[in-house]
Amino acid sequence: MAEGPPSVNVQIDGVWHQFPKGTRVIEACAQLGVYIPRYCYHPKLSSPGNCRMCLIEMGLPRMGPDRKFELGADGKPVINWMPRPQICCAQDVAEGIGVRTSSPLVEECRRGVMEFLLINHPLDCPICDQAGECRLQEFSVEYGRADSRFLENKVKKPKRVQIGPRVTLDDERCILCSRCIRFCQEIAKDDVLGFTERGGHTLLTAHPDKPLENNYSLNTVDICPVGALTSSHFRFEMRVWFLKETKSICTSCATGCNTIIGSREDVIYRQTPRENVAVNSVWMCDYGRLNFEYLTSPERLLEPEIFSGNKLQPSDWKTVISHTALQLRHFTGWDIAIVASGRMTNEELWLTARLAQQLNVSLIDIVPRKGEGDDILLSQDRNPNTNGAKIILGLEGKTGANLEAIAASVAEGRIKALVVLGEDPTQFGITVEQLKKLPSFITMNILRSAATAHATAVLPSAAYAEKRGSMITGLGRLQRLNRAVRPPGQAREDWEILRDLLQEVTGSNGLGSIEDVFRQMAESIPPLGGLSLSKIGDLGVKVMATPENSTTPLPPGEPADEEIFERPLVHAPK
Amino acid sequence: MAITVPRPKLTWFERLYLPAIVAGMAITLQHFKNMLLGRTKVTMQYPEQKWDAQLPEHYRGAPALVKDEAGRIRCVACQLCEFICPPRAIKIEPGEIPVKDRFSKVEKYPREFDIDMIRCIFCGMCEEVCPEQAIFLRKDYAITGLTRAEMVHNKEKLLEIGGIMHGVVLKWNEKK
Ligand code: SF4
Ligand code: SF4
Ligand code: SF4
Ligand code: SF4
Ligand code: FES
Repeated sequence: MAEGPPSVNVQIDGVWHQFPKGTRVIEACAQLGVYIPRYCYHPKLSSPGNCRMCLIEMGLPRMGPDRKFELGADGKPVINWMPRPQICCAQDVAEGIGVRTSSPLVEECRRGVMEFLLINHPLDCPICDQAGECRLQEFSVEYGRADSRFLENKVKKPKRVQIGPRVTLDDERCILCSRCIRFCQEIAKDDVLGFTERGGHTLLTAHPDKPLENNYSLNTVDICPVGALTSSHFRFEMRVWFLKETKSICTSCATGCNTIIGSREDVIYRQTPRENVAVNSVWMCDYGRLNFEYLTSPERLLEPEIFSGNKLQPSDWKTVISHTALQLRHFTGWDIAIVASGRMTNEELWLTARLAQQLNVSLIDIVPRKGEGDDILLSQDRNPNTNGAKIILGLEGKTGANLEAIAASVAEGRIKALVVLGEDPTQFGITVEQLKKLPSFITMNILRSAATAHATAVLPSAAYAEKRGSMITGLGRLQRLNRAVRPPGQAREDWEILRDLLQEVTGSNGLGSIEDVFRQMAESIPPLGGLSLSKIGDLGVKVMATPENSTTPLPPGEPADEEIFERPLVHAPK
Repeated sequence: MAITVPRPKLTWFERLYLPAIVAGMAITLQHFKNMLLGRTKVTMQYPEQKWDAQLPEHYRGAPALVKDEAGRIRCVACQLCEFICPPRAIKIEPGEIPVKDRFSKVEKYPREFDIDMIRCIFCGMCEEVCPEQAIFLRKDYAITGLTRAEMVHNKEKLLEIGGIMHGVVLKWNEKK
């Protein structure tokens, strides 16, 4: 490991500790488990020191005439305590300083700051979406007064303001901490928020011609310590204390931001970013955050269907799986083509590869999915698991290279059985007419499309929040999905469907759980060697070198990814 | 800590046991005679007769939603009662009050509010937790129905039981 910055000695609450130079005092205290109340300070943003909630007592070492520290009886510097409190969020540690995080003066200061903050604060908690995770509520419990000593009327400010397509502002609740402004300046690089007016009438506003509409706007909602900025999408949908929190990852692009899915009784209400310095810092984009509506779409496939008696009809899973296997066994390997998806998990891809191997299929590919990227988080590659698909299906170079060949073979009638997993064949050059003519068209998908009506077997599968599994990000990091809600209707987790299908084709395969699948996969795929689902952990493991042509940006404001990984890098096989 | 309860010391007359039996029997016969002569009544003829007038002030009957003097449903769908309700009898679907509405300042209201009276145990926690003084336990106790669905009180039913509550929650006044 590279030499870190030199350490300095700091006395905190009477005990001497060492911290690397450049550590904020507020962070130094946090490392000792002392949480200093704060509003404006955010570890990933600059420190303006404007809320004054983090006041502490600080002292400097006493210097003798020789410019050396005077030492006390214990051999440590004697500290001259400053007569007035200091903020600790904008202050770095220095040799010999002392800090008192709780003393009568400090408590008195916190009570004072809280009283000021609450003078004009509306009594909105019952209708405020932040209630339950609001710093103002939390510190009120510790340092607030039960009543107000203020006799004047409260200052009225605009409420229910749409400052952007996805963010609602309540100015009365704003405590003017400026976190949102700094986020827009420093992270989103879209400087549209600012304060106008003065004193108690200060207002947070968006630029009159520029609404807060950048693709990262909902992060301001996360970092706003109060309920001034709330998500228009989540507004009044559910109180936060009902939400079950499931750690997962976003699957809307190759970045794979770490998330927390908030759900209640099988309904997802919101997604919020989860800290991972190697992937997304503490942010995520609005596009990925809100991309879960399709889970409850009326187009969801709810029942397995099989072609029999001249039409597609619903049936039970057992029948559908055995008939699907029958359709497949009817053909030889060169009659079959498999199109998988870069949205499938490693486990699903591996089972697909096994199936292809058993059936002797060589025409196999995934559908590339490109979009506009940025240099904050969003990757141009909108498939969350392109890297996994490449190493597991053995695709070389660019993905999608075989699609043209597959489409052409289907058009010429050389392909008799087409298996499409998680994709829509009309999106890669196969027409509905050609699908109608196919003797066998097996599709596993989440949503109904123009193509599903012409399938000979429809296998309804689970969306990312309804299943477990792992994926590899654009930067080569293996991460885990977790199940937040159950799949609707009779839809099943994809790996179970594929496992059953494989079993029908090959006979028993001893794959009882997803852990078994991962274990067998790890044995045959070198970069995953020695890992198991539980070893991946909540923050993932770097398993591949970042591909040279990667379009996945590094997390803003964090050290380069290569410096963070915890496991010797295994390069993807050539 | 164990407490030793001392046994009472009985006199020899008490220990005889029979006199007490005879005295008890005499009391029973006395009541029997009074009943035959129609002097005492032991059964109230419910439901023709009711005890309602004597229900104490603190009686806890069916929970109900109330409106304020201006006709606004006081509940703002904060869902605290849903959270606190021990048998999970309450189910609320919050909604947003449109900007043009008379009460638009309140912003939030319950679009749906169901209390399952099969589940409710009349504990009064919902009334106690409500920050808006919007839900009260009324004196209604005869909650009946022939189906489970009938036993679920929806918003309309709850407001019908609740009626209007006069009081001083001035929080949502224009000036506040
Ligand atoms: S809106 Fe929230 S984050 Fe922005 S200044 Fe106000 S309190 Fe701070
Ligand atoms: S940047 Fe990509 S992974 Fe992150 S939230 Fe957006 S779409 Fe999801
Ligand atoms: S009285 Fe008790 S059980 Fe009944 S609805 Fe209220 S909180 Fe629930
Ligand atoms: S606690 Fe009161 S205001 Fe909140 S939802 Fe229940 S009845 Fe409505
Ligand atoms: S957190 Fe230090 S001044 Fe705001």
